[in-house]
Amino acid sequence: MLDADFFRRWMTATAVSVDREAERLTALDSPIGDADHGSNLQRGFTAVAAALEKEDPNTPGAVLLLAARQLISTVGGASGPLYGTLLRRTGKSLGDAAEVGEAELAAALRSGVDAVMALGGASPGDKTMIDALVPAVDALADGFGAARAAAEQGALATTPMQARKGRASYLGERSIGHQDPGATSSALLIAALAEAGSEAAGE
Amino acid sequence: MSDALRVGVVLVSHSAQVAASVAELARGLAGAGASVAVAPAGGTEGGGLGTSAELIAGAAASVDRGAGVAVLADLGSAVLTVKALLAEGDELPPDTRLVDAPFVEGAVAAVVTAAAGADLDAVEAAAAEAYGYRKV
Repeated sequence: MLDADFFRRWMTATAVSVDREAERLTALDSPIGDADHGSNLQRGFTAVAAALEKEDPNTPGAVLLLAARQLISTVGGASGPLYGTLLRRTGKSLGDAAEVGEAELAAALRSGVDAVMALGGASPGDKTMIDALVPAVDALADGFGAARAAAEQGALATTPMQARKGRASYLGERSIGHQDPGATSSALLIAALAEAGSEAAGE
Repeated sequence: MSDALRVGVVLVSHSAQVAASVAELARGLAGAGASVAVAPAGGTEGGGLGTSAELIAGAAASVDRGAGVAVLADLGSAVLTVKALLAEGDELPPDTRLVDAPFVEGAVAAVVTAAAGADLDAVEAAAAEAYGYRKV
């Protein structure tokens, strides 16, 4: 079972990897975006880590709702409301339970991804975070490791796509040949889930 | 009609200058003496280009007179942040609505209509109608 501690580790592991990869995310965002994805997410997840430390929420749902609120209010770019909505809807789906199973998390995360698609209007193949998140959720039944691999594959697969959402879509065909920064950061989020899972297994 | 019953208008742009200037333009076109609560929420709190949930929530609270708040946003994260705040439920005043309208024309229509004492539905309709105003 996954408790609040697991979800806290998931968020802090995401903060660490976003911090480590911030320059790469911003570099990916330079040719097709406005070169702020890394720094925006870094600011957001730094706030998430600080809020979790300060408020110490004690259920999985509460951890994700708190994280979502920080992302919506601190990121400053479109990734804030998008990731905020992902975690918020996932957290709401988990309810007040003190512990949740992996299957419940998979179902909750799917509802979160659906909410992101509804908010941003993106579908698979549009060269967005959805292209990493949908394969990850599809693979989650086979474990966190499988989800991580699927998300990373999904992010790589955005390179030949033409962007159809967000600022990159204004570039038309010139968006082809660049890996999508949002799909890349989504793969970090899912990789952090696997990290939190392997720590749990090691306990 | 008293100011207490007027719809408030919030203008959310990636740029502080754009939000403030459009607010000034709309207020100016509403006519001298028109009392309407308009608040800009532009850029990030640090003064950069982007969207601040904090500035949006503050602006909405500042124009809320109890008759509802119409929010207009320019693009991308401005739109998504307003939608995410509305989904939160308690971040914005009750009866706050994201109005689907072109930013400048919609803002003028919303502010003029709100200044005339119209309700939130009418303010929203006037702003949305601005999409139909063709220029050529």
